[in-house]
Amino acid sequence: MRKRRTSVLALPFTVYALIFIAAPLLLIILYSFCVSPQNGVTLTLDHYKKFFDFSNPVYLQVLWRSIYIAVISTAICLLLGYPMAYILSKLRPGLRQVLSVLFVLPMWMNFLLRTYSWMSLLEKTGLINSFLEAINLPAFNIMYTQWAVVLGNVYNFLPFMILPIYNVLIKIDQSVIEAAQDLGADSMKVFGRVILPLSLGGVASGISMTFMPAVTTFVISKLLGGGQNALIGDLIEKQFKTTGNWGFGSAMSVIIMVLILLAMNFTSSYEKDREEGGQLL
Amino acid sequence: MKFFKRLSYVYSVLIFLFLYAPIVVLIVYSFNSEKSRAKWGGLTLDWYRALFSNSEIMRALSTTVTIALLSSVIAVVIGTMAAVGIYNMRRRSKMAVMSLAYLPMLNADIVTGVSLLLIFSALGLRLGYFTLLLAHVTFNIPYVILSVMPKLKQLDPNLYEAAQDLGAPPATAFFRVVMPEISPGIVTGFLLAFTMSIDDFVISFFTTGSGVSTLSIMIYSMARRGIKPEINALSAIMFIVVLSLLLIINLRSANDAKRTDSRPVSVGARASGR
Repeated sequence: MRKRRTSVLALPFTVYALIFIAAPLLLIILYSFCVSPQNGVTLTLDHYKKFFDFSNPVYLQVLWRSIYIAVISTAICLLLGYPMAYILSKLRPGLRQVLSVLFVLPMWMNFLLRTYSWMSLLEKTGLINSFLEAINLPAFNIMYTQWAVVLGNVYNFLPFMILPIYNVLIKIDQSVIEAAQDLGADSMKVFGRVILPLSLGGVASGISMTFMPAVTTFVISKLLGGGQNALIGDLIEKQFKTTGNWGFGSAMSVIIMVLILLAMNFTSSYEKDREEGGQLL
Repeated sequence: MKFFKRLSYVYSVLIFLFLYAPIVVLIVYSFNSEKSRAKWGGLTLDWYRALFSNSEIMRALSTTVTIALLSSVIAVVIGTMAAVGIYNMRRRSKMAVMSLAYLPMLNADIVTGVSLLLIFSALGLRLGYFTLLLAHVTFNIPYVILSVMPKLKQLDPNLYEAAQDLGAPPATAFFRVVMPEISPGIVTGFLLAFTMSIDDFVISFFTTGSGVSTLSIMIYSMARRGIKPEINALSAIMFIVVLSLLLIINLRSANDAKRTDSRPVSVGARASGR
Protein backbone atom coordinates (compact mmCIF):
# COMPACT_ATOMS: atom_id res chain seq x y z
CA MET A 1 0.00 0.00 0.00
CA ARG A 2 2.67 2.39 1.13
CA LYS A 3 4.71 1.53 -1.94
CA ARG A 4 1.96 2.36 -4.34
CA ARG A 5 1.47 5.76 -2.75
CA THR A 6 5.12 6.67 -3.28
CA SER A 7 4.95 5.78 -6.94
CA VAL A 8 2.63 8.79 -7.39
CA LEU A 9 5.84 10.87 -7.21
CA ALA A 10 6.60 9.73 -10.75
CA LEU A 11 3.37 11.31 -11.97
CA PRO A 12 4.74 14.76 -12.90
CA PHE A 13 7.49 13.12 -14.91
CA THR A 14 5.12 10.68 -16.57
CA VAL A 15 2.82 13.50 -17.64
CA TYR A 16 5.77 15.60 -18.82
CA ALA A 17 7.24 12.67 -20.73
CA LEU A 18 3.94 11.84 -22.40
CA ILE A 19 3.63 15.43 -23.64
CA PHE A 20 7.25 16.14 -24.54
CA ILE A 21 8.72 12.71 -25.33
CA ALA A 22 5.95 10.38 -26.52
CA ALA A 23 3.56 12.82 -28.22
CA PRO A 24 6.27 14.56 -30.29
CA LEU A 25 7.44 11.26 -31.73
CA LEU A 26 3.88 10.27 -32.62
CA LEU A 27 3.47 13.70 -34.17
CA ILE A 28 6.50 13.14 -36.43
CA ILE A 29 5.00 9.89 -37.65
CA LEU A 30 1.61 11.50 -38.24
CA TYR A 31 3.08 14.52 -40.01
CA SER A 32 5.13 12.33 -42.31
CA PHE A 33 1.81 11.17 -43.80
CA CYS A 34 0.30 14.65 -44.09
CA VAL A 35 0.28 16.72 -47.29
CA SER A 36 1.02 19.94 -45.45
CA PRO A 37 0.82 19.47 -41.69
CA GLN A 38 0.72 23.21 -40.95
CA ASN A 39 -2.64 23.48 -42.78
CA GLY A 40 -4.55 20.55 -41.32
CA VAL A 41 -4.49 16.79 -41.65
CA THR A 42 -4.84 15.44 -45.19
CA LEU A 43 -3.25 12.03 -45.38
CA THR A 44 -0.87 11.08 -48.18
CA LEU A 45 2.07 8.85 -49.02
CA ASP A 46 3.64 11.47 -51.28
CA HIS A 47 6.59 12.31 -49.03
CA TYR A 48 7.76 8.74 -48.92
CA LYS A 49 7.15 8.35 -52.65
CA LYS A 50 9.22 11.46 -53.29
CA PHE A 51 12.06 10.12 -51.17
CA PHE A 52 12.07 6.62 -52.65
CA ASP A 53 11.61 7.78 -56.25
CA PHE A 54 13.89 5.50 -58.22
CA SER A 55 13.43 7.45 -61.45
CA ASN A 56 14.79 10.56 -59.79
CA PRO A 57 16.93 9.30 -56.91
CA VAL A 58 18.31 12.62 -55.60
CA TYR A 59 17.20 11.90 -52.04
CA LEU A 60 18.22 8.26 -52.16
CA GLN A 61 21.66 9.41 -53.25
CA VAL A 62 21.89 11.66 -50.20
CA LEU A 63 20.78 8.78 -47.97
CA TRP A 64 23.35 6.55 -49.60
CA ARG A 65 26.08 9.16 -49.15
CA SER A 66 25.15 9.58 -45.47
CA ILE A 67 25.35 5.84 -44.86
CA TYR A 68 28.56 5.54 -46.89
CA ILE A 69 30.31 8.36 -45.01
CA ALA A 70 29.06 7.08 -41.66
CA VAL A 71 30.24 3.53 -42.38
CA ILE A 72 33.70 4.72 -43.47
CA SER A 73 33.98 7.00 -40.43
CA THR A 74 32.89 4.19 -38.11
CA ALA A 75 35.35 1.77 -39.69
CA ILE A 76 38.25 4.22 -39.29
CA CYS A 77 37.21 4.86 -35.69
CA LEU A 78 37.26 1.12 -35.05
CA LEU A 79 40.67 0.64 -36.71
CA LEU A 80 42.17 3.54 -34.75
CA GLY A 81 40.20 2.99 -31.56
CA TYR A 82 40.61 -0.72 -30.92
CA PRO A 83 44.43 -0.66 -30.68
CA MET A 84 44.22 2.44 -28.49
CA ALA A 85 41.71 0.81 -26.14
CA TYR A 86 43.88 -2.30 -26.04
CA ILE A 87 47.04 -0.35 -25.21
CA LEU A 88 45.19 1.57 -22.49
CA SER A 89 43.79 -1.61 -20.96
CA LYS A 90 47.30 -3.06 -20.59
CA LEU A 91 48.58 -0.20 -18.44
CA ARG A 92 48.79 -0.04 -14.64
CA PRO A 93 45.31 0.68 -13.18
CA GLY A 94 46.25 4.10 -11.80
CA LEU A 95 47.87 5.30 -15.01
CA ARG A 96 45.13 3.97 -17.26
CA GLN A 97 42.49 5.68 -15.14
CA VAL A 98 44.17 9.04 -15.68
CA LEU A 99 44.83 8.42 -19.38
CA SER A 100 41.30 7.26 -20.13
CA VAL A 101 39.96 10.50 -18.64
CA LEU A 102 42.42 12.45 -20.80
CA PHE A 103 41.12 10.68 -23.88
CA VAL A 104 37.56 11.67 -23.12
CA LEU A 105 38.23 15.27 -22.19
CA PRO A 106 38.42 16.77 -25.71
CA MET A 107 34.98 15.36 -26.36
CA TRP A 108 33.53 17.65 -23.73
CA MET A 109 34.75 20.77 -25.37
CA ASN A 110 31.92 22.39 -27.29
CA PHE A 111 31.65 20.30 -30.38
CA LEU A 112 31.08 23.24 -32.71
CA LEU A 113 34.30 24.82 -31.55
CA ARG A 114 36.26 21.65 -32.17
CA THR A 115 34.83 21.36 -35.65
CA TYR A 116 35.48 25.02 -36.31
CA SER A 117 39.06 24.52 -35.24
CA TRP A 118 39.45 21.88 -37.94
CA MET A 119 38.23 24.46 -40.43
CA SER A 120 41.18 26.66 -39.54
CA LEU A 121 43.57 23.72 -39.63
CA LEU A 122 42.41 22.44 -43.02
CA GLU A 123 41.96 25.72 -44.89
CA LYS A 124 44.04 26.43 -48.00
CA THR A 125 46.11 28.86 -45.96
CA GLY A 126 45.59 26.97 -42.72
CA LEU A 127 48.15 25.61 -40.32
CA ILE A 128 48.56 22.19 -41.92
CA ASN A 129 49.22 23.68 -45.34
CA SER A 130 51.56 26.36 -44.02
CA PHE A 131 53.50 23.60 -42.33
CA LEU A 132 53.58 21.44 -45.45
CA GLU A 133 54.69 24.42 -47.51
CA ALA A 134 57.46 25.21 -45.05
CA ILE A 135 58.94 21.74 -45.48
CA ASN A 136 58.34 21.79 -49.25
CA LEU A 137 55.59 19.22 -49.42
CA PRO A 138 52.55 19.48 -51.70
CA ALA A 139 49.46 21.10 -50.20
CA PHE A 140 46.79 18.95 -48.62
CA ASN A 141 43.40 20.18 -49.79
CA ILE A 142 40.55 18.11 -48.43
CA MET A 143 38.46 21.00 -47.13
CA TYR A 144 34.91 20.94 -48.58
CA THR A 145 35.20 17.34 -49.74
CA GLN A 146 33.63 14.29 -48.20
CA TRP A 147 37.01 13.37 -46.69
CA ALA A 148 36.85 16.47 -44.57
CA VAL A 149 33.47 15.25 -43.32
CA VAL A 150 34.96 11.81 -42.58
CA LEU A 151 37.83 13.47 -40.71
CA GLY A 152 35.40 15.59 -38.70
CA ASN A 153 33.38 12.49 -37.82
CA VAL A 154 36.42 10.47 -36.81
CA TYR A 155 37.74 13.32 -34.73
CA ASN A 156 34.45 13.96 -32.95
CA PHE A 157 33.39 10.36 -32.36
CA LEU A 158 36.66 8.45 -31.83
CA PRO A 159 36.33 8.61 -28.02
CA PHE A 160 32.89 6.97 -28.34
CA MET A 161 34.68 4.00 -29.91
CA ILE A 162 37.67 3.85 -27.56
CA LEU A 163 35.78 4.02 -24.28
CA PRO A 164 33.26 1.15 -24.63
CA ILE A 165 35.97 -1.19 -25.94
CA TYR A 166 38.33 -0.15 -23.16
CA ASN A 167 35.61 -0.74 -20.56
CA VAL A 168 35.06 -4.28 -21.80
CA LEU A 169 38.78 -5.06 -22.12
CA ILE A 170 39.62 -4.11 -18.52
CA LYS A 171 36.89 -6.40 -17.27
CA ILE A 172 38.22 -9.52 -18.97
CA ASP A 173 39.20 -12.00 -16.30
CA GLN A 174 43.01 -12.31 -16.34
CA SER A 175 42.83 -15.96 -15.37
CA VAL A 176 41.07 -16.77 -18.66
CA ILE A 177 44.06 -15.34 -20.54
CA GLU A 178 46.51 -17.21 -18.29
CA ALA A 179 44.57 -20.40 -18.84
CA ALA A 180 44.89 -20.00 -22.61
CA GLN A 181 48.64 -19.41 -22.24
CA ASP A 182 49.01 -22.45 -19.97
CA LEU A 183 47.28 -24.48 -22.64
CA GLY A 184 49.99 -23.44 -25.08
CA ALA A 185 48.42 -20.56 -27.02
CA ASP A 186 50.86 -17.96 -28.32
CA SER A 187 50.03 -14.26 -27.98
CA MET A 188 48.36 -14.10 -31.42
CA LYS A 189 46.15 -17.00 -30.55
CA VAL A 190 45.30 -15.59 -27.11
CA PHE A 191 44.21 -12.38 -28.78
CA GLY A 192 42.28 -13.94 -31.65
CA ARG A 193 40.60 -16.74 -29.74
CA VAL A 194 40.11 -15.22 -26.27
CA ILE A 195 40.43 -11.44 -26.03
CA LEU A 196 38.82 -10.44 -29.33
CA PRO A 197 35.66 -12.57 -28.93
CA LEU A 198 35.26 -11.37 -25.35
CA SER A 199 35.52 -7.73 -26.41
CA LEU A 200 32.90 -7.88 -29.19
CA GLY A 201 30.25 -6.43 -26.87
CA GLY A 202 32.32 -3.28 -26.49
CA VAL A 203 32.96 -3.15 -30.22
CA ALA A 204 29.21 -3.34 -30.86
CA SER A 205 28.49 -0.48 -28.42
CA GLY A 206 31.30 1.51 -29.98
CA ILE A 207 29.92 0.98 -33.46
CA SER A 208 26.41 2.05 -32.54
CA MET A 209 27.67 5.06 -30.56
CA THR A 210 29.77 6.21 -33.52
CA PHE A 211 27.50 5.30 -36.41
CA MET A 212 24.39 7.02 -35.08
CA PRO A 213 25.79 10.53 -34.63
CA ALA A 214 27.80 10.18 -37.84
CA VAL A 215 24.78 9.26 -39.94
CA THR A 216 22.57 12.02 -38.51
CA THR A 217 24.99 14.93 -38.35
CA PHE A 218 24.33 18.12 -40.26
CA VAL A 219 26.84 20.38 -38.55
CA ILE A 220 30.01 18.58 -39.59
CA SER A 221 28.84 18.23 -43.18
CA LYS A 222 27.83 21.87 -43.35
CA LEU A 223 31.02 23.29 -41.82
CA LEU A 224 33.61 20.94 -43.31
CA GLY A 225 31.82 19.51 -46.34
CA GLY A 226 30.59 22.75 -47.88
CA GLY A 227 27.44 22.75 -49.97
CA GLN A 228 28.03 19.80 -52.28
CA ASN A 229 28.27 17.11 -49.65
CA ALA A 230 24.87 17.43 -48.01
CA LEU A 231 23.82 14.53 -45.80
CA ILE A 232 20.36 13.41 -44.76
CA GLY A 233 20.71 15.55 -41.62
CA ASP A 234 21.22 18.62 -43.82
CA LEU A 235 18.07 17.78 -45.79
CA ILE A 236 16.01 17.46 -42.61
CA GLU A 237 17.43 20.70 -41.23
CA LYS A 238 16.58 22.48 -44.49
CA GLN A 239 12.94 21.32 -44.48
CA PHE A 240 12.38 22.72 -41.00
CA LYS A 241 14.60 25.78 -41.07
CA THR A 242 14.24 27.16 -44.60
CA THR A 243 11.78 25.49 -46.98
CA GLY A 244 9.11 24.83 -44.38
CA ASN A 245 8.09 21.47 -45.87
CA TRP A 246 7.42 19.83 -42.51
CA GLY A 247 5.73 16.79 -43.99
CA PHE A 248 8.78 15.83 -46.03
CA GLY A 249 11.11 16.67 -43.14
CA SER A 250 9.07 14.42 -40.84
CA ALA A 251 9.14 11.60 -43.38
CA MET A 252 12.95 11.81 -43.52
CA SER A 253 13.11 11.88 -39.70
CA VAL A 254 11.04 8.68 -39.63
CA ILE A 255 13.39 7.13 -42.20
CA ILE A 256 16.40 8.06 -40.08
CA MET A 257 14.73 6.59 -36.96
CA VAL A 258 14.08 3.33 -38.78
CA LEU A 259 17.68 3.29 -39.99
CA ILE A 260 18.97 3.76 -36.44
CA LEU A 261 16.62 1.10 -35.09
CA LEU A 262 17.91 -1.33 -37.71
CA ALA A 263 21.53 -0.50 -36.89
CA MET A 264 20.86 -0.87 -33.17
CA ASN A 265 19.09 -4.15 -33.69
CA PHE A 266 22.11 -5.36 -35.62
CA THR A 267 24.60 -4.40 -32.91
CA SER A 268 22.50 -5.05 -29.82
CA SER A 269 22.71 -8.80 -30.23
CA TYR A 270 26.36 -8.40 -29.19
CA GLU A 271 25.72 -5.90 -26.49
CA LYS A 272 24.96 -7.72 -23.31
CA ASP A 273 25.30 -4.74 -21.09
CA ARG A 274 24.83 -1.46 -22.85
CA GLU A 275 24.90 0.57 -19.69
CA GLU A 276 28.35 -0.50 -18.64
CA GLY A 277 29.67 -0.44 -22.17
CA GLY A 278 28.52 3.14 -22.50
CA GLN A 279 30.29 4.40 -19.46
CA LEU A 280 32.48 7.34 -20.19
CA LEU A 281 34.13 8.83 -17.20
CA MET B 1 58.29 -7.39 -27.03
CA LYS B 2 60.22 -4.20 -26.49
CA PHE B 3 59.42 -3.18 -30.06
CA PHE B 4 55.71 -3.51 -29.38
CA LYS B 5 56.01 -1.44 -26.26
CA ARG B 6 57.72 1.35 -28.13
CA LEU B 7 55.23 1.12 -30.99
CA SER B 8 52.27 1.38 -28.64
CA TYR B 9 53.87 4.36 -26.95
CA VAL B 10 54.30 6.17 -30.27
CA TYR B 11 50.76 5.24 -31.28
CA SER B 12 49.26 6.64 -28.08
CA VAL B 13 51.14 9.89 -28.49
CA LEU B 14 49.89 10.25 -32.07
CA ILE B 15 46.24 9.65 -31.14
CA PHE B 16 46.64 12.02 -28.25
CA LEU B 17 48.04 14.71 -30.57
CA PHE B 18 45.18 14.16 -33.02
CA LEU B 19 42.62 14.68 -30.26
CA TYR B 20 44.25 17.70 -28.65
CA ALA B 21 45.78 19.60 -31.59
CA PRO B 22 42.61 21.48 -32.59
CA ILE B 23 41.94 22.49 -28.99
CA VAL B 24 45.49 23.70 -28.47
CA VAL B 25 45.26 25.65 -31.74
CA LEU B 26 42.11 27.43 -30.59
CA ILE B 27 43.57 28.32 -27.23
CA VAL B 28 46.89 29.49 -28.66
CA TYR B 29 45.13 31.65 -31.25
CA SER B 30 43.09 33.31 -28.54
CA PHE B 31 46.33 35.08 -27.60
CA ASN B 32 47.28 36.02 -31.16
CA SER B 33 47.31 39.78 -31.70
CA GLU B 34 46.88 39.30 -35.46
CA LYS B 35 43.23 39.11 -36.50
CA SER B 36 43.86 36.62 -39.32
CA ARG B 37 44.46 33.01 -38.41
CA ALA B 38 47.22 32.73 -41.01
CA LYS B 39 49.64 35.01 -39.20
CA TRP B 40 51.12 35.14 -35.73
CA GLY B 41 51.47 38.65 -34.42
CA GLY B 42 52.59 38.19 -30.84
CA LEU B 43 50.83 37.72 -27.53
CA THR B 44 47.82 39.77 -26.52
CA LEU B 45 44.85 39.66 -24.18
CA ASP B 46 42.82 41.99 -26.41
CA TRP B 47 40.38 39.30 -27.51
CA TYR B 48 39.51 38.49 -23.93
CA ARG B 49 38.82 42.16 -23.31
CA ALA B 50 36.83 42.46 -26.55
CA LEU B 51 34.89 39.35 -25.60
CA PHE B 52 33.55 40.87 -22.43
CA SER B 53 32.49 44.09 -24.14
CA ASN B 54 30.78 42.25 -27.02
CA SER B 55 27.10 42.52 -26.15
CA GLU B 56 25.98 39.83 -28.62
CA ILE B 57 28.31 37.25 -27.10
CA MET B 58 27.47 38.32 -23.55
CA ARG B 59 23.74 37.99 -24.23
CA ALA B 60 24.25 34.49 -25.64
CA LEU B 61 26.40 33.61 -22.64
CA SER B 62 23.73 34.71 -20.19
CA THR B 63 21.04 32.78 -22.11
CA THR B 64 23.25 29.67 -22.06
CA VAL B 65 23.97 29.88 -18.35
CA THR B 66 20.44 30.75 -17.20
CA ILE B 67 18.90 28.04 -19.39
CA ALA B 68 21.43 25.53 -18.05
CA LEU B 69 20.79 26.49 -14.42
CA LEU B 70 17.00 26.65 -14.66
CA SER B 71 16.64 23.49 -16.70
CA SER B 72 18.96 21.52 -14.40
CA VAL B 73 17.13 22.67 -11.27
CA ILE B 74 13.73 21.79 -12.76
CA ALA B 75 15.10 18.48 -14.04
CA VAL B 76 16.52 17.68 -10.60
CA VAL B 77 13.16 18.24 -8.91
CA ILE B 78 11.07 16.33 -11.46
CA GLY B 79 13.74 13.68 -12.00
CA THR B 80 14.40 12.92 -8.33
CA MET B 81 10.69 12.59 -7.63
CA ALA B 82 10.38 10.40 -10.69
CA ALA B 83 13.28 8.17 -9.62
CA VAL B 84 11.74 7.60 -6.18
CA GLY B 85 8.34 6.95 -7.75
CA ILE B 86 9.64 4.63 -10.44
CA TYR B 87 11.72 2.72 -7.89
CA ASN B 88 8.55 1.92 -5.96
CA MET B 89 6.53 0.93 -9.00
CA ARG B 90 5.52 -2.55 -9.94
CA ARG B 91 7.68 -4.25 -12.53
CA ARG B 92 5.46 -3.65 -15.55
CA SER B 93 4.88 0.07 -15.08
CA LYS B 94 8.54 0.50 -14.05
CA MET B 95 9.66 -0.89 -17.41
CA ALA B 96 7.20 1.31 -19.31
CA VAL B 97 8.19 4.57 -17.60
CA MET B 98 11.91 3.79 -17.77
CA SER B 99 11.82 3.16 -21.50
CA LEU B 100 10.00 6.47 -21.91
CA ALA B 101 12.83 8.11 -19.96
CA TYR B 102 15.50 6.43 -22.09
CA LEU B 103 13.96 7.53 -25.41
CA PRO B 104 15.61 10.96 -25.72
CA MET B 105 19.00 9.43 -24.87
CA LEU B 106 18.72 6.74 -27.54
CA ASN B 107 17.16 8.87 -30.23
CA ALA B 108 19.22 11.04 -32.55
CA ASP B 109 19.41 14.65 -31.37
CA ILE B 110 18.12 15.92 -34.69
CA VAL B 111 14.96 13.81 -34.34
CA THR B 112 14.46 14.93 -30.73
CA GLY B 113 14.92 18.54 -31.79
CA VAL B 114 12.51 18.29 -34.71
CA SER B 115 9.92 16.41 -32.67
CA LEU B 116 9.99 19.08 -29.96
CA LEU B 117 9.62 21.78 -32.61
CA LEU B 118 6.49 20.01 -33.85
CA ILE B 119 4.89 19.67 -30.42
CA PHE B 120 5.64 23.30 -29.51
CA SER B 121 3.96 24.56 -32.65
CA ALA B 122 1.05 22.12 -32.22
CA LEU B 123 0.53 23.51 -28.71
CA GLY B 124 0.69 27.02 -30.12
CA LEU B 125 3.80 28.01 -28.15
CA ARG B 126 5.94 30.73 -29.71
CA LEU B 127 9.52 29.59 -30.15
CA GLY B 128 11.89 31.43 -27.85
CA TYR B 129 13.32 31.32 -24.36
CA PHE B 130 10.46 29.32 -22.86
CA THR B 131 10.44 26.58 -25.50
CA LEU B 132 14.23 26.38 -25.25
CA LEU B 133 13.89 25.85 -21.51
CA LEU B 134 11.24 23.15 -21.96
CA ALA B 135 13.46 21.36 -24.49
CA HIS B 136 16.44 21.39 -22.14
CA VAL B 137 14.35 20.11 -19.24
CA THR B 138 13.19 17.27 -21.51
CA PHE B 139 16.64 15.98 -22.34
CA ASN B 140 18.03 16.67 -18.84
CA ILE B 141 15.51 14.69 -16.77
CA PRO B 142 16.77 11.26 -17.93
CA TYR B 143 20.30 12.07 -16.70
CA VAL B 144 18.96 12.92 -13.25
CA ILE B 145 16.87 9.74 -13.08
CA LEU B 146 19.85 7.66 -14.15
CA SER B 147 22.09 9.25 -11.50
CA VAL B 148 19.60 8.92 -8.65
CA MET B 149 18.38 5.39 -9.44
CA PRO B 150 21.60 3.55 -8.43
CA LYS B 151 21.63 5.39 -5.09
CA LEU B 152 18.06 4.25 -4.41
CA LYS B 153 19.01 0.69 -5.21
CA GLN B 154 21.85 0.82 -2.66
CA LEU B 155 19.49 2.17 -0.02
CA ASP B 156 18.34 -0.26 2.66
CA PRO B 157 14.54 -0.34 2.15
CA ASN B 158 14.05 -0.98 5.87
CA LEU B 159 15.46 2.43 6.80
CA TYR B 160 12.46 4.33 5.48
CA GLU B 161 10.06 1.95 7.19
CA ALA B 162 12.03 2.07 10.42
CA ALA B 163 11.76 5.87 10.43
CA GLN B 164 8.02 5.60 9.99
CA ASP B 165 7.71 2.94 12.67
CA LEU B 166 9.47 5.35 15.00
CA GLY B 167 6.67 7.83 14.31
CA ALA B 168 8.02 10.00 11.49
CA PRO B 169 5.37 11.07 8.97
CA PRO B 170 6.23 9.90 5.41
CA ALA B 171 7.49 13.32 4.30
CA THR B 172 9.77 13.67 7.33
CA ALA B 173 11.01 10.12 6.88
CA PHE B 174 11.81 10.89 3.28
CA PHE B 175 13.64 14.16 3.86
CA ARG B 176 15.51 13.02 6.98
CA VAL B 177 16.37 9.46 6.01
CA VAL B 178 16.17 8.91 2.24
CA MET B 179 17.34 12.32 0.99
CA PRO B 180 20.76 12.35 2.72
CA GLU B 181 21.47 8.91 1.30
CA ILE B 182 20.62 9.75 -2.31
CA SER B 183 21.94 13.32 -2.34
CA PRO B 184 25.29 12.41 -3.99
CA GLY B 185 23.29 11.01 -6.90
CA ILE B 186 21.19 14.17 -7.05
CA VAL B 187 24.26 16.41 -7.16
CA THR B 188 25.90 14.27 -9.86
CA GLY B 189 22.65 14.39 -11.83
CA PHE B 190 22.54 18.16 -11.52
CA LEU B 191 26.13 18.62 -12.71
CA LEU B 192 25.60 16.21 -15.57
CA ALA B 193 22.41 17.95 -16.66
CA PHE B 194 24.14 21.32 -16.44
CA THR B 195 27.04 20.15 -18.61
CA MET B 196 24.73 18.57 -21.17
CA SER B 197 22.70 21.74 -21.37
CA ILE B 198 25.77 23.96 -21.86
CA ASP B 199 27.09 21.63 -24.55
CA ASP B 200 23.89 21.17 -26.54
CA PHE B 201 23.55 22.60 -29.98
CA VAL B 202 21.26 20.50 -32.18
CA ILE B 203 18.18 20.43 -29.96
CA SER B 204 18.51 24.13 -29.08
CA PHE B 205 18.89 24.97 -32.75
CA PHE B 206 15.43 23.58 -33.56
CA THR B 207 13.59 24.78 -30.46
CA THR B 208 14.63 28.40 -30.16
CA GLY B 209 13.41 31.43 -32.05
CA SER B 210 12.91 35.18 -32.14
CA GLY B 211 16.53 36.16 -31.61
CA VAL B 212 17.20 33.97 -28.57
CA SER B 213 20.62 32.31 -29.08
CA THR B 214 22.79 30.15 -26.91
CA LEU B 215 26.56 30.25 -27.35
CA SER B 216 26.48 27.11 -29.49
CA ILE B 217 23.91 28.62 -31.83
CA MET B 218 25.92 31.80 -32.09
CA ILE B 219 29.14 29.92 -32.84
CA TYR B 220 27.33 27.96 -35.53
CA SER B 221 26.08 31.04 -37.32
CA MET B 222 29.49 32.71 -36.97
CA ALA B 223 31.44 29.69 -38.19
CA ARG B 224 29.70 30.03 -41.52
CA ARG B 225 30.12 33.75 -42.03
CA GLY B 226 33.62 33.97 -40.53
CA ILE B 227 34.53 33.68 -36.90
CA LYS B 228 35.56 36.60 -34.79
CA PRO B 229 38.78 36.12 -32.79
CA GLU B 230 36.77 36.72 -29.63
CA ILE B 231 35.33 33.27 -30.14
CA ASN B 232 38.81 31.78 -29.69
CA ALA B 233 39.01 33.47 -26.32
CA LEU B 234 35.54 32.25 -25.48
CA SER B 235 36.47 28.70 -26.42
CA ALA B 236 39.49 28.78 -24.13
CA ILE B 237 37.27 29.91 -21.26
CA MET B 238 34.58 27.32 -22.04
CA PHE B 239 37.18 24.57 -22.15
CA ILE B 240 38.44 25.50 -18.69
CA VAL B 241 34.87 25.65 -17.29
CA VAL B 242 33.81 22.28 -18.70
CA LEU B 243 37.10 20.77 -17.64
CA SER B 244 36.60 21.87 -14.05
CA LEU B 245 32.99 20.67 -14.00
CA LEU B 246 34.07 17.27 -15.26
CA LEU B 247 36.89 17.03 -12.76
CA ILE B 248 34.35 17.70 -10.00
CA ILE B 249 31.92 15.07 -11.33
CA ASN B 250 34.76 12.60 -11.71
CA LEU B 251 36.22 13.13 -8.28
CA ARG B 252 32.76 12.80 -6.79
CA SER B 253 31.99 9.53 -8.49
CA ALA B 254 35.49 8.23 -7.69
CA ASN B 255 34.91 9.07 -4.02
CA ASP B 256 31.49 7.47 -4.12
CA ALA B 257 32.94 4.37 -5.70
CA LYS B 258 35.52 4.15 -2.96
CA ARG B 259 32.98 4.64 -0.20
CA THR B 260 30.26 2.35 -1.39
CA ASP B 261 32.23 0.17 -3.77
CA SER B 262 29.71 0.78 -6.51
CA ARG B 263 30.19 1.64 -10.15
CA PRO B 264 29.86 5.30 -11.05
CA VAL B 265 26.86 6.39 -13.06
CA SER B 266 26.93 5.76 -16.76
CA VAL B 267 27.01 8.96 -18.72
CA GLY B 268 27.91 8.02 -22.23
CA ALA B 269 24.62 7.20 -23.83
CA ARG B 270 24.16 10.59 -25.35
CA ALA B 271 26.36 10.24 -28.34
CA SER B 272 23.64 11.35 -30.62
CA GLY B 273 23.95 13.91 -33.34
CA ARG B 274 26.77 15.89 -31.86
